[in-house]
Amino acid sequence: MIDIFKGYKGKALSVLKQFNIRVWCDAHIKTTRGDFSGIILPRAENDDKNHIVLKLKTGYNVGINVKNITEIKELGYKEAHYKIPEKEFPFTEGKANIKLFGTGGTIASRLDYRTGAVIPAFSPGELYGAVPELADICNLETEKLFAVFSENMGPEQYKKLAIAIGNEIKKGVDGIVIGHGTDTLHHTAAAISYMVQNSPVPIVLVGSQRSSDRPSSDAALNLIHAATTAAESDIAEVVVCMFGPTSDEYGLLHQGTRVRKMHSSYRSTFRTIGDVPIARVTRDKITPIKEDYNRRRKDNKVDILPYFEEKVGMIYYYPNMQPDMIYSMIDNGYKGIVIAGTGLGHVNKPLYPAIRKCKEKGIPVYMTVQTLWGYVHMFVYDTGRDLMSYGVIPAGNMLPEVAYVKLGWALGQTSDIDKVKEIMMTPISNDITKREPYNGYLVYQGGIPEVEEFIRKVHK
Amino acid sequence: MKKKFDPAQNYKKTRKLVEYIPRKKAKPLVYNKLGFKSGLEVHQQLKTKEKLFCHCPVGIYQDFEDFDAELIRHMRPTLSEMGTYDGTALMEFKTRKNITYRIKNRTTCTYEVDDTPPFPINREALDFAIEISLLLKQNIVGELHITRKQYLDGSIPTGFQRTAIVGIEGEIPLRNKKVRIIQLSIEEDSCREVSDIGHERIYTTDRLGIPLIETVTYPDMKTPDEVMEAGHYIRFLNRSSGKVRVGIGAGRQDVNVSIKGGTRVEIKGVSHINRIPELTHNEAFRQKALLEIKRELLKRIDSTKKWKPVFKIINFDVSDIQYSPINEAMEKNYKLVAVNLPDFKGILSFFLQPGKTFADEIIGRLKVIACLEKPNVIHSEDMNAVFDKALLEKRSNLIGSKDNDAQIVFWSSEDDIQTAMETIEERCRMAFEGVPNETRKALEDGTTIFERVLPGADRMYPDTDSAPIPIEDKHIENIRKKLPLDLKERLSQLKKWKIPEDTYHYILRNNLMSIIEKIINDFSEKPVFVSTLFGHTLKHIEGQFESTGEFDYNMVYDLFRFIKSRKLQKEILGEMLPELYQHPQMEFASILNTIGFEEIKPEDIFGNLVSLSNMFGQIKRSNSANAEKKWIMGNLRQIAIGNISLSVLEKEVEKTLSKKEMQK
Repeated sequence: MIDIFKGYKGKALSVLKQFNIRVWCDAHIKTTRGDFSGIILPRAENDDKNHIVLKLKTGYNVGINVKNITEIKELGYKEAHYKIPEKEFPFTEGKANIKLFGTGGTIASRLDYRTGAVIPAFSPGELYGAVPELADICNLETEKLFAVFSENMGPEQYKKLAIAIGNEIKKGVDGIVIGHGTDTLHHTAAAISYMVQNSPVPIVLVGSQRSSDRPSSDAALNLIHAATTAAESDIAEVVVCMFGPTSDEYGLLHQGTRVRKMHSSYRSTFRTIGDVPIARVTRDKITPIKEDYNRRRKDNKVDILPYFEEKVGMIYYYPNMQPDMIYSMIDNGYKGIVIAGTGLGHVNKPLYPAIRKCKEKGIPVYMTVQTLWGYVHMFVYDTGRDLMSYGVIPAGNMLPEVAYVKLGWALGQTSDIDKVKEIMMTPISNDITKREPYNGYLVYQGGIPEVEEFIRKVHK
Repeated sequence: MKKKFDPAQNYKKTRKLVEYIPRKKAKPLVYNKLGFKSGLEVHQQLKTKEKLFCHCPVGIYQDFEDFDAELIRHMRPTLSEMGTYDGTALMEFKTRKNITYRIKNRTTCTYEVDDTPPFPINREALDFAIEISLLLKQNIVGELHITRKQYLDGSIPTGFQRTAIVGIEGEIPLRNKKVRIIQLSIEEDSCREVSDIGHERIYTTDRLGIPLIETVTYPDMKTPDEVMEAGHYIRFLNRSSGKVRVGIGAGRQDVNVSIKGGTRVEIKGVSHINRIPELTHNEAFRQKALLEIKRELLKRIDSTKKWKPVFKIINFDVSDIQYSPINEAMEKNYKLVAVNLPDFKGILSFFLQPGKTFADEIIGRLKVIACLEKPNVIHSEDMNAVFDKALLEKRSNLIGSKDNDAQIVFWSSEDDIQTAMETIEERCRMAFEGVPNETRKALEDGTTIFERVLPGADRMYPDTDSAPIPIEDKHIENIRKKLPLDLKERLSQLKKWKIPEDTYHYILRNNLMSIIEKIINDFSEKPVFVSTLFGHTLKHIEGQFESTGEFDYNMVYDLFRFIKSRKLQKEILGEMLPELYQHPQMEFASILNTIGFEEIKPEDIFGNLVSLSNMFGQIKRSNSANAEKKWIMGNLRQIAIGNISLSVLEKEVEKTLSKKEMQK
């Protein structure tokens, strides 16, 4: 059934019905505040029930309170057919074949009137219409795996994605690009780093911080960088490809297990933590920063390990945390816990009994640091030594989210906690590094003269 | 080329053909005949403390070279809500500009540079806008919908301006007619342009985000003077609210002009309303000229569809050319492209605006669209040919030129050639249609140059970052209660006061009605005195002196109170005002010292009269009583001013003189 009152409800809906008026009709509305003319637009679902949205001739939208309406007349009808121009994505002999998986990000998008949100455009034709430069880089095939917001990505999606990647690699694709919302991009990057190992080709996760319905969006350039990486780089790793600085200059390729979203809205939000990124990428070239990455291979071999135990949890410790937080996890059948502890990896004494209980129940507890940078060091203070004696395992410089994903992945493979420990403590894709380089920790402080001089010259 | 072609002669001939006359000589009938129509968009910054969608301070400007950081963006067109791309957007994408923003931490946060979503709209600004909308007698919307209006020139880092309609319809009265209002919107101001050279455009973000209102009229104005009058009216009305910013750049106008058979052309960024008549006059004739060109071309060319310019990259053997732009282009490894425009002879030098021809239309577009810096062409109808024409003629053979053709040569980097060629062809083809829909930039001399393709309603997009904001009846009523006097009523009040008409403009422009009214009421002053003190004396002072502090018109009220409390006569105001204006921070008592005022009792002043009269008797050159009175007054003026009213003094002098006369 065609809904002719798109999004309207309550009072607004009954007024539309009363005057026999449908969405997309050209209407003249008399109100106690004067007359208004324009096209009646659908209403976003979460907006109130008291207003009708009108698109004026000048292109502006206005809302009219239905309680002020005395009369509506329909003058015509003009439904918008909103479509991203679709052009066939050209095939070029000799260019790399790239597979783009969609998970629900906003690489190219259009507006959804129901929710007021943006709907991703995704087919190669649509993408070519929006970002024609892609055809200069590669031959593109796309597949929409899911359409979920980033925060709704979870174990089920990780596994499906890993398997889909495996299939493409076995078919001989030259590179994989995954479009993804940015909020949990680094969780998925970690999951794929564990579930897809020894890939012969680059696996590039990409998103955008500004949706592509805006002219200044970073989506197109991120996608261009990602496609360039997948098609041309020799970096056969799972990487996140996002803006380096907020300026439209270059992207950075971050190791999937060392990357984190560090700002809620900046374009340059992704940072490699405790190390440097693998490479820099521009439209024209890829410049490696590190040397010790896996190189691209010609074979189609890859290990797909799609396992995940969902009953794994993470606790962000805060002073005065009560042990019931942990007891409730035990009672609810959690099989593993990651703690993001303070400083070098600490929690308060009242938690000790709960932690001891975990040990008794065979629930492994791993310690990470909420400072994000730096290693867990549990020998330095008594607290740390106490905790270790109760079975808490320090997780090196693994990022808390990464440790969480890894623990879920490990417990998905075995319930033998010694084996789990072996898996956890064996570095994979640099999730734990032997050393932290001096330039692995850089959070510059604004206001300092030399920093100010730096940001005046260099785009942040 | 057989016959010698004289472009200057052709310019004159075509100007005559267009029947161009200077504005000063144009009667209203001229515009009537042209079918002149014009509408206004008046932009006015609001006097808020913070910006519209973030909490940065407003009104702090920095020098272009003063910045804390720079960042770079590029703009890409996106689909409008109705599913189409906007023409301007596509054109601007073609230009492939690197846009650099210079930011200063003090005036810019991460919102302005599009790294943070908008904060809720500034309610102070919204209320100011509602107030002015009510003054225009508009229909206020039930719900404010923030809309994104795309600007791909980079003047806003997001690529769009957040804007919303506050009210629609409404009207303003001019002397002889009413002008209807289309709408009033509230929006964020854009960046200030630092420079725009080649593919590099630089902006500073200090002005970005300042709340402003835009009042749009219907094209109801039928002469350039009416457009100016409407502009002044809206400006005064805005200022009458006391809620708008004044000063350079705080108010700007866009003017839409069309004539019969022409198209709506928007002249952007007119900062002085007084310049509107000249600009609209010239635009009307530019359109007429373009219609003449169309007629001429259609006469010459049978099938415009088949018309095609010929482009040829010419080898860089220009050793015989001594012209620095070409020599520089050669050094930069640019390509030189010769263009033959079939049947365009006499068109390139066709008059369009005073001092400008059709060639300037092409030149302007090459600069904006293809990023070719001026001078970017030489052509066969240059009025001041830069080198021997024979050189060009020799080469014109290379592109198969015929006698009726015109030729252009441009130089460009390889990357821009394609766009440049398309631009030239496109603009020439537009000549077959008449007047292209475009936005033009106002120049000081009253002419305009191409700025961009006129954007349409297609560039509007709902702002998904902001929820609609309901505007309740009660809220509107609260604002309505506090409305200032309507501008129309103000004008009739001014008339009732019987004050000189030449003070109206100054009083309205500076929103002085309420101060004047207060002075009249509180100190029982005559309207004529107070209004001329502002509209003549103070206006003169402002033109004469520089203020070293922040002079505020309310200080004049305080000054009145001061002289009343000191029981000084009001003539002293004329002496004190220049000092006060120059040194607003100075205390009133100190000003008295500065101007050399001494308190002297009237009787002491009068005591001088007899001796002065005697003195005049000794030195007089004239026997007239009037001369004697004048001389005595002149001598006493300095000590009298402030102590006694000069008219009282005058009477006393007359009394003394007549007494003396009787004694004779």
